[in-house]
Amino acid sequence: MSETIRITIDQQTLQVQAGSTILQAARQAGIDIPTICYHDYCTANGLCRICVVEVEGARTLQPACVAQVHDGMVIYTRSERVLRSRRTILEMLASSVDLSEAPEIQTMLQQYHSDSHRFPDAEVRHPPVIDDNPMYIRDYAKCILCWRCVQVCAEDAQYTFAINFSGRGYETQISTFYEISMPESSCVFCGQCVGVCPTGALKPKRQWLLEMGYTPDDIMNLTRSQRQRRKRREEAAARTE
Amino acid sequence: MSNLDLSPLLQRLEEYQPQGRTALLPALHDAQQLYGYIPQAAAKAIGQALNVPLADVYGVIEFYSLFYSQPVGKTVIHICNDPACALAGSEALFKQIRFQQESAPAIDSPLSLTVEMAPCLGLCEHAPAVLIQGQPVARANRQTWQELVSGKGERPSSMLGGTVSILTANCGLGHTVELSEYLDLGGYQALRKALNMPPRQVIEEIKAAGLVGRGGAAFPTGLKWEAAANAPGEVKYVVCNADEAEPGTFKDRVLMEDDPHSILEGILIAAYAIGAQKGYVYIRGEYLLPYQAMNKAVEDAHQAGFLGNNVLDSDFNFEIEIRRGAGAYICGEETALFESIEGKRGFPRLKPPFPTTYGLFGKPTVINNVETLANVPVIIRKGSAHYRKLGTEKSPGSKLFCLSGDVVRPGLYEIPFGVPFHHLLYDLAGGVRPGHRFQAALFGGAAGAFATPDHLNVRLTFEDLKEAGLPLGSGVITVFDETRDLRDICLRLARFFVEESCGKCYPCQIGTQRQFEIMERIARGEVQKDDWERLQDVGWTMTDSSLCGLGQTAASAILSAMKHFPHLFQPV
Repeated sequence: MSETIRITIDQQTLQVQAGSTILQAARQAGIDIPTICYHDYCTANGLCRICVVEVEGARTLQPACVAQVHDGMVIYTRSERVLRSRRTILEMLASSVDLSEAPEIQTMLQQYHSDSHRFPDAEVRHPPVIDDNPMYIRDYAKCILCWRCVQVCAEDAQYTFAINFSGRGYETQISTFYEISMPESSCVFCGQCVGVCPTGALKPKRQWLLEMGYTPDDIMNLTRSQRQRRKRREEAAARTE
Repeated sequence: MSNLDLSPLLQRLEEYQPQGRTALLPALHDAQQLYGYIPQAAAKAIGQALNVPLADVYGVIEFYSLFYSQPVGKTVIHICNDPACALAGSEALFKQIRFQQESAPAIDSPLSLTVEMAPCLGLCEHAPAVLIQGQPVARANRQTWQELVSGKGERPSSMLGGTVSILTANCGLGHTVELSEYLDLGGYQALRKALNMPPRQVIEEIKAAGLVGRGGAAFPTGLKWEAAANAPGEVKYVVCNADEAEPGTFKDRVLMEDDPHSILEGILIAAYAIGAQKGYVYIRGEYLLPYQAMNKAVEDAHQAGFLGNNVLDSDFNFEIEIRRGAGAYICGEETALFESIEGKRGFPRLKPPFPTTYGLFGKPTVINNVETLANVPVIIRKGSAHYRKLGTEKSPGSKLFCLSGDVVRPGLYEIPFGVPFHHLLYDLAGGVRPGHRFQAALFGGAAGAFATPDHLNVRLTFEDLKEAGLPLGSGVITVFDETRDLRDICLRLARFFVEESCGKCYPCQIGTQRQFEIMERIARGEVQKDDWERLQDVGWTMTDSSLCGLGQTAASAILSAMKHFPHLFQPV
C-alpha cells in the first residue's frame, strides 16, 4: 500500500502514494485545484467537473477528485483547455442559479475571470421556497445539484432516503416521494443535509427567518407551540360557527 | 384516487418481490399498463414490495420519459421530432394532431388523448413516424385521423438494400423469422460449433476476425470478451445493448424484429466464451415490437433447449432476460444501462472501473450492441478468414447503414466496408430526392458530424472516415438537400440533447440548455454579438469535460456545422 510512484504536475515532479487521486497528489504539492461537489466525507461522484485537469495521453479532461494517479502520469492543472472548461462551467452555473450565498463559488468566478452575465436570456432555475417543516427550508433556486444532501440522507450517512430527484437534465430538482412535504416523508430532521449544503439552498428555519428580518422575539412569538395553539383556537372557532 | 384497486398490481408484485430492486422498471411498466399512469399508491406498493426507498421510486419514475406520475389520456401519441421526420413534415403533423387533442374530451374519458413530441423513434425510413399506444405507424401524414386512432395506420415493413446480405440474410421477408425457419436457414449451427470449441478459441476467432463494436465506439469485441473472461469472479454477465436511440438509427430494430434468433445466438456464443450464466437484452421503451419478437424468441429457444440448463446437451447453462427501457437515450450508455437494469435512474457511472471488471451488479460484464452480436454467429460459422474476405484490412466484414432524409430510397443498407459514400447514396439509394442536390449529410446521428459535398468520395471504413473527420458511429447517414436550413437541423439536435441529458454532470446538464438557447436565437435569425464564442466555449467544455459519451458528443454536430458552414452562425 505504501508504494510510491512518480508523477509530474505542472512541470513539477512528485513522489506520491500509489492509489491516491490527482486532487490528493496536487494538494500534497501545494497546487490548488478547485472543487465544488467534492466533500471529504461524501462519496465523490465527479459531477461538477470544476476539478478537471489535462492528463497527457487522455482524450478528455480528467476529474481530479476521482481520477487516480499512475506512474509517469503527466498532469497540467492550468492548461488552456482546463481554464476554458472551468471558466465556462462557472459562467454556466452563475447563469442558472442564485449563487449569492455561495462565497466559495463567488471567489472562483473571480479567480477564473468568469463573467456571471455571459449568457443573455438564459433560463434561470427559480422554483419557490419550500417551507413545509419547522426545522429547515428548501430554496432550490440556490441549488447547484451537487448531490450531497441526497447522499448524506442515503448511504453516505443517515440511511433515511427521504429525498431523491425529480425531472432530469436541466429540469432536475431534489425531491421527496411525489413531492410530499418533509413531515410526510421519511425525513428524521437530522439536519445532515443542511450541514453539507454549500449554497444556502438548505437552511435552518431560524436562520432563514432572521435573514428575512424577523427579530429573535418575533421568532419566539412564532414558535411552533404558539402557532399550534393559535391554530387550535381558530379551528375551535370555526367549529362553533 | 382512493378507490384504486391495487390487487392486480399486488399479485404481480409477488412474483417480482424476490428479485428486489432490479424488478423496479418491469414493475413500473406493469403499473402503468394497469392504471394508464403510475398513481402514488401504486408507486408506494411497488417500493414496499421491492424494498426500494419511496423517494428513489419517484426518482426513477421521473427519470424516464415514458413513465407518467400524473394521469394521461387513454390514447397516447408520440410524434417524432428529429431531423429525418422533420424533413418529412412532422411539425405540420404535430400541429394537426395537437388540434385533435384540443378537442378531445377530458382525461378520464375513454376518448381522451395525450400528444407528445418524441425524440427519434427509430423509424426514420418511414418518416414521418408516430407511435400510437406504442404501436408504430409509418408515413403518418398520409393517414387519416380515423386510421391513426383505430390502429389501421400503415405498419412499417423493413426496407432493405445494399450489395451483400450477411447480417440481413434473414431480414425483409415480411415476417419475423421464427425458430423453425431460423433452423432451416442454418441457424444455431454457429452455437453448436462454438460449444465444441474451447471458450478461449472462440475469443481468438473473434479477435482474428477484427470485429469492432457497432454501437458507435468501435471497441475491439474480442479484447472486450478476453478482458471479461480473464476478470476474476464466478458470476459474469452478457448484456445486449438494444437501447438504439441515436437519431437516424434503426438497424437494431430491423434485426430484432426480423431475425431475433441471430441476436440470441450471438449472445449465447459470447456467454459461452466469457463464462457467463445470465444475459440481458435491454431494449428501448419505444421498441414494443422488437421487445415482443425477442421475448417470443427467448421462449421458443428455451423450449427447444438452446437456453436453460445444459444448452444443446453441453455443460453450458444460460438464461436470458429481456428488459424494456422507458424513454431515456442516456441508457444506451453502457453503465447507465446497467444502472437502469438495477432499477435506478439511468445515470452513467464514472469509468474506470470498466464493465469488463465491474459491470452489471458489480460483476464482470460484456456489453455489446445488437449488430455486433449479429456478426458473431457469422464469424464462428465460417471462420474469421472467410469473414475477412469482405471489407478492408482495418475494417473487415460488412456494415449496416441507416439511410434517411432527402434520399430517394431510404432504408437499411448492408454493404462491405470500403464502399464509397457516393456509391451508397447515388447507386444504391437512388440519390437525393428528384430535382434537388446534395447539401450535407449527418454522419453518426445527433452525436455525429456533418459531411459536405467534398466528402462524397470518402470510403465508408473506420480508417477513411476518421481521416475525413467523420464518425461512423452506429452507421447513421441522414441526407439534406440544398433547400434545407441546417440551422433548423442543429436546433433539433440541440433540443434532443436538452431532453436527453441526464443532468448528472454540470457541463452537459447546463451546457445542453445553453447550447439550445443560443441555437434558438441563431435559428430565429436573432444572433447576438459573441454568440459564436459562447457556442464554442459551451461546446468545447461539454466535449472536454463531460462525464460520459453523451455530453462529450452533445456539441459534436454543431461544432462540425460551425466548421463547415460558418456563415450560418453569423449575424444576418
